[in-house]
Amino acid sequence: MQTAKLSNISFRALHVWRRNGEVLLTTWYTNLLPPLMEPVLYVFAFGFGIGGLVEDFSFQSQEISYLQFVAPGVVAVAVMFWSFFETTYSSFVRMYYQRTFDAMIATSLLVEDVIAGELLWGATKAFVAGTIMLCMLTLFELPVWPSAFWVLPVAAIGGLLFSSVGIIVTALSPKIEAFNLPVFLLIFPMFLFSGTFFPLGQLPAWANQLAHILPLTHVCALIRGAFLNLTPRDLGVHVIYLLFVTMALCWLAIRLMHRRLVK
Amino acid sequence: MTDCKPIEACNLTKCYGDFGAVKGVNFEVSRGECVALLGPNGAGKTTTIRMLTCFSPITDGLIRVFGHDVSEHPRSVKSMMGICPQEDNLDPDFTVQKNLLVFARYFGIEKSIAASRVDQLLEKVGLTEKADSSIIELSGGMKRRLMIARALLNEPRLLVLDEPTTGLDPQARQLVWQLVRRMSQEGVTVLLSTHYMEEASQLTDRVIVMDEGKILLEGEPEKLVQTEVGREVVELWNMPGEVLDFFRQEKWPMEQIEGRLYIYDRVGGEVAGAIISRFPEQERQIRQATLEDVFLRRTGRVLRD
Repeated sequence: MQTAKLSNISFRALHVWRRNGEVLLTTWYTNLLPPLMEPVLYVFAFGFGIGGLVEDFSFQSQEISYLQFVAPGVVAVAVMFWSFFETTYSSFVRMYYQRTFDAMIATSLLVEDVIAGELLWGATKAFVAGTIMLCMLTLFELPVWPSAFWVLPVAAIGGLLFSSVGIIVTALSPKIEAFNLPVFLLIFPMFLFSGTFFPLGQLPAWANQLAHILPLTHVCALIRGAFLNLTPRDLGVHVIYLLFVTMALCWLAIRLMHRRLVK
Repeated sequence: MTDCKPIEACNLTKCYGDFGAVKGVNFEVSRGECVALLGPNGAGKTTTIRMLTCFSPITDGLIRVFGHDVSEHPRSVKSMMGICPQEDNLDPDFTVQKNLLVFARYFGIEKSIAASRVDQLLEKVGLTEKADSSIIELSGGMKRRLMIARALLNEPRLLVLDEPTTGLDPQARQLVWQLVRRMSQEGVTVLLSTHYMEEASQLTDRVIVMDEGKILLEGEPEKLVQTEVGREVVELWNMPGEVLDFFRQEKWPMEQIEGRLYIYDRVGGEVAGAIISRFPEQERQIRQATLEDVFLRRTGRVLRD
């Protein structure tokens, strides 16, 4: 049994990244519209809709509006969605239906280059989506600049993390329908219970602790801290968690995907 | 380096769990040769090709391509080789031309060189007019030709084609054959797999017949037919007992499969003569011996697709 070698990853992974980028550019309008429009919809829904019901909202003993609280959560969710769905549904189509990976492996590219390129691409999509959303939210004067610049590296690393989760799911899924399960058991709970739409202190203690296992909790905390210029209480924990878990999941993703592709 | 054989396979073995897909196969391909791997589905042709092209790790034994061990140096091996897999995997998001340009980038071919090479190759496979078409608009035969053009982008010294004509109509198949012949004439070493006996004898200098993970026999197609079977084959069906009894007593080798009798005639005309004079009413077909008969003779089975 041959296993993945990290030393097999080369600069050629960027050819894979570029190929995906060029495909995206052929249909850029359908790809760029969601991150442009999503924040506007969220501002209306949460700012005027729910925000009107929530009074005297405070976060880390600061009086802020509910909209200000939820806006960075929305960015964190976008980072997760854009990378996870890229490396699940889109990667699966490339791998299984289009056999794009097979075509690539018939060249100077090795399997590890292809997987690394896919991971990098998923992270890039998350980064771009996060950046566009940040710009759009700036129109509503929500992020605090220049502190909000720190959202960008968090979006990139968080994107890599959720790309890895996606590749792991893809590597283990026999069919595309199998994605429903991890979406329902993993992504959907994270979407709701990672401090995205309400502070985790609202949850019972056990649920709060459980939520701290989830990667989105840490990504969201860091993005919110940068977005509002309020240093998170457990800054060190979030940063170490993010870096460590991203590296571990990246490694696991390459290993599992290699096992799936090389038979 | 220059006198290294394009392919040397020694004791090549592939197991999936307990199942042996390829069982200790030895073969070589010399420079400029065009060789076919022949055999029914499950014979181990594709598995052999997948190991040769660095897609599948080798369980035991080794393959060298121009002297390079494929397990040790997959990158350099693949850069010398043009690979055309069984199933089309063109990029549906790009045009015909863009498919080739992007693929050239995977090989690290410089942009200006790639552009002129892409034009030449499109010309060569007759797809110049389709350069800006989407992949979806191409017929099966055009897709195959584009796949072959793509496999030639890195100017390979060894071209490996896995069942290049499976599923093509006769005309498209002819075009692919012409292409392969041309590459062979230009000095490219070619290894292709096929389960069409006709294709192997039309196209190649030498065939390697595989069955159940092993090499059954190898040699030049015509010589194989001549030595293994002979000149002519007479097929009989709906034969009464007396016909059967007659041929059982005669010297000619024969095979009986599902009520059909295959009689092999090394010289030609002997069996046919006997049939016509003794049993003029017998339903029969008299034809030239082919590679198909070699397979039948060796395995006692009809080739199954």
